[in-house]
Parts: sequence; C-alpha cells; structure tokens
Amino acid sequence: MDAVFIINQAFNGLSLASILLLAALGLALSFGLMRVINMAHGEMLMLGGVVAYLVQQTVPKSVSLWIALPVAFIATALLGILLETTIIRWLYGRPLDTLLATWGISLILQQAVVLWQPFGVSFVTPGWLSGQFSIQSGAFAGVTLPYVRIFVIILSILVMLGLASLLRYTRIGLYVRAVNQSRDMASALGVNTRMVDMAVFALGTGLAGLAGAALATISPITGVIGSSYIINAFLVVILGGVGSIWGALLAAVSLGFFTSFFESFYSVSYAKVIILLLVIAFLQWRPKGFIVTRSRALEETA
Amino acid sequence: MMSKRVLGFSLAALLFLALFLAPSYLSAFKLSLLGRFLALGILGIGISLIWGYTGILSLGQGLFFALGGYAVAMHMVLVQVGDKLPGFMARSFKPRITELPWWWQPFESPIFATVMVFLLPALTAVIIATLVFWRRISGVYFALITQALVLAFTTLIVSQQSYTNGFNGLTNFSTLYGFNITSESGRVGLYLVTVVALLLTWLLAQWLTSTHFGKVLVAIRDGENRTRFLGYNTTPYKVAIFTLAGVLAGVSGAFFTMHAGIISPKDVGIAPSIEMVVWVAIGGRESITGAVLGMVLGNLAADSISSQFPESWPLMLGVLFVIVGMILPKGLVGIVERFWPHRQEEASPALNALKSEVSDA
Repeated sequence: MDAVFIINQAFNGLSLASILLLAALGLALSFGLMRVINMAHGEMLMLGGVVAYLVQQTVPKSVSLWIALPVAFIATALLGILLETTIIRWLYGRPLDTLLATWGISLILQQAVVLWQPFGVSFVTPGWLSGQFSIQSGAFAGVTLPYVRIFVIILSILVMLGLASLLRYTRIGLYVRAVNQSRDMASALGVNTRMVDMAVFALGTGLAGLAGAALATISPITGVIGSSYIINAFLVVILGGVGSIWGALLAAVSLGFFTSFFESFYSVSYAKVIILLLVIAFLQWRPKGFIVTRSRALEETA
Repeated sequence: MMSKRVLGFSLAALLFLALFLAPSYLSAFKLSLLGRFLALGILGIGISLIWGYTGILSLGQGLFFALGGYAVAMHMVLVQVGDKLPGFMARSFKPRITELPWWWQPFESPIFATVMVFLLPALTAVIIATLVFWRRISGVYFALITQALVLAFTTLIVSQQSYTNGFNGLTNFSTLYGFNITSESGRVGLYLVTVVALLLTWLLAQWLTSTHFGKVLVAIRDGENRTRFLGYNTTPYKVAIFTLAGVLAGVSGAFFTMHAGIISPKDVGIAPSIEMVVWVAIGGRESITGAVLGMVLGNLAADSISSQFPESWPLMLGVLFVIVGMILPKGLVGIVERFWPHRQEEASPALNALKSEVSDA
C-alpha cells in the first residue's frame, strides 16, 4: 500500500463524508430537538438536485451553480416548513408513527419524480469545475483530486462553520440550544418552542437540498438517489449522538473514511456489512454515540 | 350479552372455518395467492407481538423472512437439479463455481433445511437483539438499525451472484419431502398446511399475550423504566419476543417461497419490510387478529390495485402510510373498538370510592 493510494482513498472518503455530513446535519438537529426522524429526508436531497437542474434550464450556464445552490436551499427549506406544519408537528411524541408517515411522503416524492423523469436529470458542471488536480511526477505521482469533489468538501466545511456560529452566536441559536437542553424550561422562559422546531426542521431540509445541489455536480440525480444516501445519514445520526453537530461531523468523517477504504479492499457489499457490524460494535461501547448530551431526565421525553 | 372475548373467538373460528373450506370455492390461482398472503399473516402476528404488544418497531423483518425463505428454496433447488449444479452456479463466473459450496451441501437434506427455517432466524435475532437491547438501544434507533441490516443483507445477496443467483433469486423448484407442491393436489395440501400453521401461530399468540409474560411485554411498551423499577429485567423479555417474531418471519418466508415458487431480494428488501409493517398497522397492531386481517386483506387489495395501476400505486401506498401514521395508529380494529358499545367496567368498590374522592377534590 503506497502513499498515493492512501491519499486518493482518504480524499474519496472526505468527499463522501462531506455529502453525508450535509445530509445528516438536518436529521441530527431535528432528532435532537423533536426526537423524530424524517424518513423523507433523502428526498430533500434529491429535490435539491432537481431544483439545481431546473435552475440551470432557466439561467445562463456560467452563473447557474451560484444561483442553484441558494435556490435549492430555499426551495427545500420551504418544503420543510410545509412538511413540518402539515405532518410532523401532529406526530410529536409518536416517533415510530412518524417513521411510517414520512416514509409515505418519501414514496410519493420518489414516484412523482420517477414518473416525470424516469432516467433522472443531469446538471452540467461548469467548465472551471470539471478538471482535476493531479500530480504527474515526483513521490506523489498519481494523486488525482477532481475539482468538483474539492468544491463539495469546501462547501460542507463552510456550511459546518456557518451552522456552528449560528448556534453559538445568534439569538435563534441560543433558543435552539435552550430547547435542546430543556424544552419545558425554555418554553417557560418565553421561547416559542414550536417556532424553533419549525425553523430547525426547515434549516435541516434546506441543508439536505443544498447537499443535493452539490451532489448534482458529481452525479446524475434520479428519483431514488435519496435512498442510497439516507441509510448512511441515519447511521451518522446514531453514531454522532443525539442533536450534536460536532458528533455528526465526527461520525460522517469516520463513516466516509471507513467506507472508502473498505470498498477499495473488499467489494461494496462486504463494505456495507462490515460498516454496519462496526456500528453495532461501537454502540456496545458508546450506546449514545460519540457526543452525549448529559441530562438528568430519566426518559427521553419527546 | 356475549362477552367481547367470546365474540372475538367465535368470529375468528368462523374465519378459520372459511379458510379451511376455501379449496372448495376458490380457483387454483386464487388459492395460491391467498396461501401466499396467509403465510405473510404469520409474519404479521410476529410484528403485532413485537410492535403492538412490546413497542419495538422493526423495519427489518424481511431479513428473517429471507433466511427462512432461502433455506427452503436452497433445499428445493438442490432436489430439482439432482446430482448436477444448480443452473446459475453452472453458468457462474467471477468466481466460477465447479462444485457445490460447502454451505450449500447440508441443504440437500430436507430435515436440515426445515431446522434451518427455524434456527437461522432465531440465531440471527438472538444475536442482534442481545447486542442492541443489552445496551438499552431502543425506539427509533432500533428501527433504523434493523433497516440498515436488511439493506446490508440484500446487498450481500445481490452481489454474490454465483452463490445466490443475485437479483433473480432462487426459483424453478417443485418438490419437498417427496411431495410435488405444484401439482393440483399438492397445492391444496400446501394451502391447508399453511392455514394450520397460521392457526397454530394465532393460538400461540393468543395464549402468550394472556400469560404473565405477555403482561410484562405490555408493561414494557407502556413504560419500560417503570417496569424496571418494579424489578423486571426487561432485556430478556425483549430478546425473547423479538426472537419469536424472527422465527415466525422465517416460517412465513418458507411458506411464502413455496406458494410463490420464488424468493428473491425484491421480496425481502427495505421496501417490502416496511410495507409488512404498514399492513399490520392498518389491520390494528395491538390485536393479533387485526394484524392477520390487515396483512391478508391489504396484500390482496394491493395485488389487484398495483397490477391495474402500476404507475400510481406507489403514490397511493405513500398516502396510505401517511394516513396510517397520522390518523389511524390503532388501525381498523381501533375504529371498530371506538364504535363498540363499551361495557361498564366492573370496578371494585374501593376503586369507585377512590374515583369519587378524586372527582370531589
């Protein structure tokens, strides 16, 4: 095993991790607040990609990426608000029923897009993103890093920094942390907890949409693309610990690296099985994930 | 007036009688279809026991269903090809298979295959449940882990084309214990055995839920920590019931495979696993009979609707999931119960005194 191989695989892992992170952040945040998992979250990713495609059909190619990213974010965030107010909020305290209902939403969205575009849609990557950084000679000859993947990694780092400062420095961030620690106490002090729930849910679906738009630069977007990312995103939430964005970061990066390396040593399917066994083994050691929010509450009140 | 329980049992007895007589009034095709869905009813009882009674949602019952189904299919494929290699192995490349793999060989014995229908799901379920429940991982986490398991398992089957025939699954078989189950009399026999199996499972579940063990399960569902404080170690209870549900899923998979004549990854993956759950939910997960009715009638309806409207069927199914999750958590049984004339509870005098005291305060 040489250094070039390791660098290439590590880079692949990082690139996978950045998509996973963008997809999982929203899940982790709203799971921390509301104890519900949105099974249609993968379809937010898919719709983000579809929106990026639609944007590219309407605006000049040169600027389409810069318009597509924010538009995908806003469109899926609005859809998140719709989903939260019509379905999720009526299911508080019934997390398992929420799984079923949101799975239904995911079926509907998938099939709608499949009927509309059976073969999926493609986003034409702008010229400045389509090359790759490669080292031709010297000790690291053979290292190739596609620009699109570098772009996605940078994007997710920026999103992570932005989200961390939002939670740390702004008033809405303060509210989110307060509700996360104690919903009743925050509510008693005048925080509109329902509004916080909705805002966080919308932020989460928006980030998934952003991830989808970024993903569109890497691969074609089909109606069912969400399902190939969502299970790993769930694993990120489980590994990371409830409602912790740093836990999600740690989990996404480890999952990305492990997947990338296992897939290069074994087949993709063995890699899936090994990763899952590792996750279950890890939970024996830390059943609540990497980062545990300490609480005196006996039961996880939802 | 008859008590609710007696009425329930009489209705169930009538239903089973109608099922036993079905070969006399249903066509061969309809009978086979019904048999397939009755087999799923066995799995539905398992879901009702773990979800409706114990509060554990598993989105991975397809895994155990597959273990049972593949066990019986492997045996029947070997019977069919005799001394030769199964066709897909003979045609295989990457890796090219020239002799029967060691883990296929014992399946030449029908008794071994039958034992495996029970043992494989049981062992898998015990291991998963012990590892997960021991660390008190439950609720949404458990549901997501079981879903990931079923995904990993189906990916594995699909990728090992040479050993499992991958996406196409195992098919082209007809003989079990010397009986040709595709002949006319064989089909009727298989159907009747399926009904007997369903009846036995139904009786087992009725009995189990009326025992002390069954009451502890409901206590775990309604408040696991309180049950712990009362001195019960809840983990063995959850492992036991999850294992039973796994075995039932395995048996169900075996019968399903014999009726359908095929078992393939698309019958056992993520989507079918969660659809099984929703049919049970529609029938009424807190009722054993409701679970069976939901599974059988739901699948019968789905079968005819999805073949007529293949494109919009996933949309309808999606709407059904939303409706069940949002407004019908107790299923159709819940609706019936709401309109059932409630018998006044025969409360003890002490309780009545307490009640009036509370209402006075």
